[in-house]
Amino acid sequence: MKTVAGNAPAVADSGGGAAGGRAAGRDPYDVESVRADFPILGREINGKPLAYLDNAATAQKPDAVIEAVSGYYRQTNANIHRGVHRLSVEATEAYERARGTVQRFMGARRPEEIIFVRSATEAINLVAQAYARPKISPGDEILITTMEHHSNIVPWQILCEQTGAILRVVPINDAGELCLDEYEQLLGPRTRLVAVTHISNALGTINPVAELVATAHRHEVPVLIDGAQAAPHLPIDVTTLNCDFYTITGHKMFGPTGIGALYGRYELLEDMSPYQGGGEMILSVTFEKTTYNHVPHKFEAGTPNIAGAIGMGAAVEYLNQIGLDRIGTYEQELLAYATEKLSRIPAVRLVGTAGHKAAVLSFLVGDVHPHDVGTILDQEGIAVRTGHHCAQPVMARYGLTATVRASLAFYNTRAEIDRLAAAVEKVREIFA
Amino acid sequence: MFDLAELYQQLILDHNRSPRNRRRPEHPQRCAEGYNPLCGDRVTVYLSVGDDRITDVAFEGSGCAISTAAASLMTEAVKGKTVQEAKALFKRFQSMVTSGGPAMGEPGDRSLGKLDAFAGVRHFPARVKCATLAWHTLNAAIDDKTNLVTTE
Repeated sequence: MKTVAGNAPAVADSGGGAAGGRAAGRDPYDVESVRADFPILGREINGKPLAYLDNAATAQKPDAVIEAVSGYYRQTNANIHRGVHRLSVEATEAYERARGTVQRFMGARRPEEIIFVRSATEAINLVAQAYARPKISPGDEILITTMEHHSNIVPWQILCEQTGAILRVVPINDAGELCLDEYEQLLGPRTRLVAVTHISNALGTINPVAELVATAHRHEVPVLIDGAQAAPHLPIDVTTLNCDFYTITGHKMFGPTGIGALYGRYELLEDMSPYQGGGEMILSVTFEKTTYNHVPHKFEAGTPNIAGAIGMGAAVEYLNQIGLDRIGTYEQELLAYATEKLSRIPAVRLVGTAGHKAAVLSFLVGDVHPHDVGTILDQEGIAVRTGHHCAQPVMARYGLTATVRASLAFYNTRAEIDRLAAAVEKVREIFA
Repeated sequence: MFDLAELYQQLILDHNRSPRNRRRPEHPQRCAEGYNPLCGDRVTVYLSVGDDRITDVAFEGSGCAISTAAASLMTEAVKGKTVQEAKALFKRFQSMVTSGGPAMGEPGDRSLGKLDAFAGVRHFPARVKCATLAWHTLNAAIDDKTNLVTTE
């Protein structure tokens, strides 16, 4: 990280902290020096400094990630797990090192429990097809929730079409919290799997996943947690959570697109058949018989996204340097500030007001359509998401087709929130 | 940077506030449904044609200001026109909101009347689909003669 003399507001701690050195690990949390790590944050949009408030869609990338990816292509590029030449050995080491980094980040017991995939979406499809499908009979049930992203709905619908299984859905209350009583009631003798998001991308709700897992396990039902939105914001420990599967995606946690990871309990992965066939996932092939490779390679058919995995590893290391505890503290403060600021505007209605929330603000401005709000905000250099956020059932729950969503990251500032509020006022003027 | 006032002209804001011909006619001959999966906006266009002329046109649905005003002003613009005239108007409208329309001085460089209010859309590429959704739907209603409205 670049060194920036620290006169930023004390947020995480008010302790003196070491002067100089890197922003990472230094108190107080210095948002300006963190911002300096992200080249894109220096851009101007429509003559205004970019205020990037669309982090739940994808997050920006620090120099450390950009350099890890380009450094790999400049210095190391080779195919992995084959070949005896130096570059292949180095590339393999870098790829497997990234697996270890992700393993420790997720709190998995062993690196084999981490499968590199294309995205959290692919991870869920993998579990649906390679784990669930062979176990499912007609009339069995998959339990999801109202607040799932389409990526944690559609793979299960496909599975249900293939097997005759039934999709059950846990409702949410008006604040956007899961109805826990209904959850337990829906866990029945035919429930084969619970698939639930850790953090709602549309509402920001943080689900009590440890409790959800414990309840499901009492009914002997395994649990998949979609952690795509959680990984960039709070510490994850799959061992403590005791979940059976957990998915994350690189690009939402400041890494490259096209790379994600699936954590799976080792015994389950061992038992599962491959997801896709091809190179890399085999030990030997004849036309009579093919022997599959060991976990995790059994699930990584074809040449993987090597640069992506290395970039994702670099993103994890970057997050570790700053510390997810500090990130969480800073973002919660920012969320409180933004909630207060937006709530003070009479026309604004917040959608998703759970007691335990990540820094996501879904809202409406009077009866102005979110797309019109989005265009006006964009003119002010403010990037937000408008629409259904790939969570149409959530929108339907509130009788809406769309909201405006500001989703924050640790590089966002109070000044950007002030600009957001001012731009919302401008929306009201135009549509007065 | 383009002035927001160029996009959100008073005429557009007015038609968004009080859309014209937003109704479901009792006996429309044809209808088509338009859907923008990007934003989830839906519009249904109802159409009656007599003697090759559009005798009635109306729409239902809700969307952003641009799409609502575009549907409203479209119904005003095509009512009484022949089917061919309406299709030609669609082409010119589409050309205007994507590229600014025919170059000055070229044949066809005529004002589109009230529809000129949408000229600013071309500076906002993410919004072009909002302006053209109703028009695409009208086009489908004109072409798809099997898509008749049932009178259930």
